[in-house]
Amino acid sequence: MLLECDGISKRFGGVHAVAEVDLAVAPGQVFGLIGPNGAGKTTLVNLISGHLRIDAGAIRFAGADVTRLAPHALAARGIARTFQGVRLFKGLSVLENVLVGRHARMRSDVLRRLWPRGVPDRRDRERAGLLLERLGLTRPQALAGELAYGDQRRLEIARALASEPRLLILDEPAAGMNPAESARLRELMRALVAEGLTIVLIEHDVRLVMGTCERVAVLNFGRKIAEGTPAEILASPIVREAYLGSEDAA
Amino acid sequence: MAEQLYNAIFVGSIYALFAVGFALVFSVLDILNLAHPVVFMLGAFVALFCMSTFGLPAALAAIAAFFVAGLFGIFLDRVAFAPLRRRGAPPLSAMISSLGFAIVVIRLMELRYGPDLTSYPAGSLPQTVLQIGDARVDGLRLLIIGLAILLMAALTYVVRATQLGRDIRALAENPHAARLLGVDVDRAIAATFFISSGLGGVAGALLGFAYNAIYPQMGTPYELKAFTVMVVGGMGSLPGAVLGAYILGIGEIAALVFLPAELAELRDAFAFGLLFLVLVIRPRGLLGHGAVERA
Amino acid sequence: MDALGEFFRVYQTTIGVIGINALLALSVWITLYAGQLTLGNAAFMAIGAYGAALLGMRLGVPFPLGLVLGAGLSAALALPLGLAVFRLRGVYLAIATIGFGEVVRVVLLTLPFTGKALGLNGIPPVTELWHIYVSLAVVAYVLWRVQGSTVGRAWAAIREDEIAAASQGIAIRRYKLAAFVAGAAIAAWAGGLSAHLNFSIEPGDFGFTRAVQILVYAVVGGTPSVAGPILGATLLTALPEILRPLREYRDIFAGLILMGVIIYLPRGLVTLAELRKTRRLQEIGAADVA
Repeated sequence: MLLECDGISKRFGGVHAVAEVDLAVAPGQVFGLIGPNGAGKTTLVNLISGHLRIDAGAIRFAGADVTRLAPHALAARGIARTFQGVRLFKGLSVLENVLVGRHARMRSDVLRRLWPRGVPDRRDRERAGLLLERLGLTRPQALAGELAYGDQRRLEIARALASEPRLLILDEPAAGMNPAESARLRELMRALVAEGLTIVLIEHDVRLVMGTCERVAVLNFGRKIAEGTPAEILASPIVREAYLGSEDAA
Repeated sequence: MAEQLYNAIFVGSIYALFAVGFALVFSVLDILNLAHPVVFMLGAFVALFCMSTFGLPAALAAIAAFFVAGLFGIFLDRVAFAPLRRRGAPPLSAMISSLGFAIVVIRLMELRYGPDLTSYPAGSLPQTVLQIGDARVDGLRLLIIGLAILLMAALTYVVRATQLGRDIRALAENPHAARLLGVDVDRAIAATFFISSGLGGVAGALLGFAYNAIYPQMGTPYELKAFTVMVVGGMGSLPGAVLGAYILGIGEIAALVFLPAELAELRDAFAFGLLFLVLVIRPRGLLGHGAVERA
Repeated sequence: MDALGEFFRVYQTTIGVIGINALLALSVWITLYAGQLTLGNAAFMAIGAYGAALLGMRLGVPFPLGLVLGAGLSAALALPLGLAVFRLRGVYLAIATIGFGEVVRVVLLTLPFTGKALGLNGIPPVTELWHIYVSLAVVAYVLWRVQGSTVGRAWAAIREDEIAAASQGIAIRRYKLAAFVAGAAIAAWAGGLSAHLNFSIEPGDFGFTRAVQILVYAVVGGTPSVAGPILGATLLTALPEILRPLREYRDIFAGLILMGVIIYLPRGLVTLAELRKTRRLQEIGAADVA
């Protein structure tokens, strides 16, 4: 198992945002996480990525306990993520965003740069350039904040991939994408998995989830109410009830 | 001892009147109005102007100070803050803009009145001394304390019980929601500045009366104290500002009483040391709410 | 040539002060670049000034060593201070540093060996212009190169979005502290130089007003590059000299310039050279200082 969550809980005041959630994600899997709005999906992701402190339970990554690690330490170990609603460095260029993404893998070049013609690491820039091409981003000097929404989402993914992670968590990557873009995203995810990446996907777009995930877990009110293959989840009456027959589960 | 306590309450009252206006703007707009000391000073000088040029009694002059300062506050907002709000600038920009504004106005006042102390016309201020038990108290200060309490009560009433107050509170909680709910945001902001600056102006006039010495830079030391008051009481909390103000007043007088004379300067360090301690240990302050730390 | 020599002699002190103010502006610039607003650098300047002066006058420490020790002392104080406040959000951090500044000022007024309110007098005027400008050149060069490195990018990322930056592997606390401590050391170095330029120093030189002044140099000059703070310091220090006939009104000009810049050119005067980029940044709402 690449990622294991044992009985994770998080309280805000008196409310359990996440309650005793167990997860196990195998390497090379695409693992889906779905649930109605407010079910605790993003909170769970924030717990896994280190942005929130876990109140109870433990998290293991590649066998090592990472429960108390800060976000940057988790990034160094190979966990990358995108954010619901996109958190780009708006005032920095597209290329710079991706270079920052490589931070965990770059050697610090401060001392080298003190020499007037100290050469910045070409390899990092080349890799960044390749990623941009792969994600269909054609203007490396554009300001990240100027990009269209779909481009911004792709840039965020490029940035996350720049650190060569072992686990990539995508928080609602398809929100606001049209069907063509979603299809391209599906292709990308398949290609990444073929290259050895493990993906945790949080999504509302059921077609995307069902089309790419091998296993799906369903959260409601902070608890895991179901887990199984996409087919099992679709057929589950518990899940149906959680969504109350809304369009999402149809 | 009683006299010291009385002094402490007087000092605290002025701090409270000053800080409450400061806190009001912060709670509604999330910015530090570094031009607040200007309206404080302006109130004192407006009172001076009314009394020396028009021969108005002190009471009317104080009222004039309230209104003129209040209107000036609206002007301040239009010039220094509104353009920044329109483009969604961060709080730092507002701070710097108000700073520039303050520099200009204070300098203008210095050019008009000189940087040194100016006094109110002779005989224009009440000079009664009352005997309460063992203590001999200055009647003027007692009056000021009473007025300060009255003004704060009036503010509480406005904020809690009027439509305007509700609008302002809605704006403070959530500007977007407030707008959607039909709150006239521009009017609420103007009212916020009017009240905040009006109170600041009155505070300045009252302080001027008490010490009978005013000068263009008189607001600056109060500004620094106001930071402590707000932090201790809880940023953005009006009752917190009042509580913090009295705590500071009492603390400073206590420091003055208990410290040997050579260390009198440390009284100021008390205010800032307290500020620091609170920010590190309990940044929310006593009654504060809202995010002080990053996630 | 004679006229130049004359000009130089008359304005020597001003030129020195410009260099020192530029160093101070750079010290604040680093922290702004990393997304922190600090008003404590006047206090660190004071520590450097008093440190170097006292070490030199009372203990016979040679001038260069005094500067280094002053900077070291500032850095040593900046570290726990930075740790204590690094989690505070913008405005609160500013207030905390203001508080620190005031505590330092009051301590200087109270400690017996600092000369209290009268300050220190008779400090040997050993600072030469070349000391100041070599220091400035070195600091500016280093900061310029660091800006384009991984460290500079990390600072920019922290400034733009701390939460996202953490997820990219940037150790937020370490980087913020580095900027904060570096700023403190530079301010202290400038303080040491300044003390030996001016013969005397007193606590009032290093209060809230001074801290604000330093911030203003950086903000007015501009934040996208090291040229900004240097420009701002030069302009605002030279302004009183240029406007000598209008001496009475120079504060008013300064205030108006400040407001004008922050409202219309929020990233500072240097952005006049790249107006188009500024327009683009304004459009996406990323045009402001911190």
